[in-house]
Amino acid sequence: MPIVSMKAVQKWYGDYHALKDVDFSVEQGERVVICGPSGSGKSTLIRCINGLETCDAGSIVVNGIELTQRAGSVAKIRSVVGMVFQQFNLFPHLSALENCTLALTEELGLTQSQADEKAMQYLSRVRIADQAAKRPAQLSGGQQQRVAIARALCLEPELMLFDEPTSALDPEMISEVLETMVSLAEDGMSMICVTHELGFAREVAHRIIFMDEGALVEARDPIGFFERPENPRTKKFLSKILR
Amino acid sequence: MKELLIDLMGAPLGTIIFQLVFAAQFTVYLSLIAFIGGGMAAIFITLARIAPYRPIRSVATGYIWLFQSTPLLMLLFLCGLGFPHLFQFQISPWTAASVALTIFTSAYLAEVWRGAIGAVETGQWEASNALNLRYVVMLRRIIIPQAVKFGLAPTVGFLVQIIKGTSLAYIIGFQDLMLIGKRWANAPVDGSEPFIIFPIMAVLYFCLCYPLALFARQLEQKALARGQ
Ligand SMILES: Nc1ncnc2c1ncn2[C@@H]1O[C@H](COP(=O)(O)OP(=O)(O)OP(=O)(O)O)[C@@H](O)[C@H]1O
Ligand SMILES: [Mg+2]
Repeated sequence: MPIVSMKAVQKWYGDYHALKDVDFSVEQGERVVICGPSGSGKSTLIRCINGLETCDAGSIVVNGIELTQRAGSVAKIRSVVGMVFQQFNLFPHLSALENCTLALTEELGLTQSQADEKAMQYLSRVRIADQAAKRPAQLSGGQQQRVAIARALCLEPELMLFDEPTSALDPEMISEVLETMVSLAEDGMSMICVTHELGFAREVAHRIIFMDEGALVEARDPIGFFERPENPRTKKFLSKILR
Repeated sequence: MKELLIDLMGAPLGTIIFQLVFAAQFTVYLSLIAFIGGGMAAIFITLARIAPYRPIRSVATGYIWLFQSTPLLMLLFLCGLGFPHLFQFQISPWTAASVALTIFTSAYLAEVWRGAIGAVETGQWEASNALNLRYVVMLRRIIIPQAVKFGLAPTVGFLVQIIKGTSLAYIIGFQDLMLIGKRWANAPVDGSEPFIIFPIMAVLYFCLCYPLALFARQLEQKALARGQ
């Protein structure tokens, strides 16, 4: 059973057709990288998966749960899907540790000490345990993003969504975040990652998807994608960003 | 206290000042009632205003819109004179003034607080949703703690508007600083001419309002400093 299966998904923002008849599925343990020009609908696509956007037609099934208008299905899906944002979106009034423990104590009923223990485990995993007491503003961008990854991992998701996780980072901090993501990949986490980090894509992706104007244009294994792109729009895109 | 003032300043002036200071306490009480009552009402209206159900939001928006566009004087007239006359019931100036100012305050604070909540970055809502936090938890732990820093200064600043607003309650017979002052100003007593009474009243209002205005300014600057 695929972890994500989208069929004939349509999305409009007013008159703007943001997702055009998208068919997309991801297998358990599969790592998919999505790339494409700005405004092509990459964020919209992955935000539909955990219900941050609602689609207007088509069906979305995540981990066997069909996403419907009912709040219950959205909550069930979110409980198995973690998300990492371009702007980190850490809670600025809470420490790194509290960012991680909040959902554990409030929603999963862990005691504070159980939650702390679990959160420290994941903060260590992203190699930032020594900064656990700091507020986001006291951390560098790369550190914040790693805390955000730990925060999502604390809920032990089946699938991780990344929306341009390194685009807001200074160049010298990109690699620390990518390394964290590679190590997640090595553990077999299912991942959907919107990124323009092509080195990362080549290294970890099972499949690279090129989107343009709200449609999936090409889906290939990394070698095929980079070396023998078929669609002219993919070629044009690659020639621009590989230059 | 009264004797001391009279000894210090002579009969009419000492008495006048004593009565004005005494009446100022009712200005303070009315302001507190309006602020606390209006604040509590505003909590519910704000929650309704941002509720995830459109009909509830519309009702709250309507309430805010209606009472923000009604002059306070009109509200006082309606509560103190209009409705009692129309529906044939008795209402004390205290109750009428309290109700009118509470409504006025609730509409205003609800709008301020909605703005403060709206100023919290959308990413905070999205991250909370992605973490599957329930709506109540999200408001209580994430959104409201951050909104407070946007809403605190205008809220304290609005207290000044309430205090000044209470001065209108004299028109429905509420015995506050304003009413007592006006009564003295109209009295044919030497040393209670309007040019003496009104400056004294202005000083008293200033003493009530200025510390609050100052406090609001400080909060605002702190919020600005934090924002940078
Ligand atoms: N809330 C919204 N309201 C209206 N239009 C929107 C909204 N969100 C996105 N859009 C539009 O939908 C299109 C796709 O947006 P989306 O954010 O999915 O693109 P993207 O591929 O993620 O681009 P980027 O690389 O810039 O992040 C864009 O043209 C955008 O302007
Ligand atoms: Mg995007």
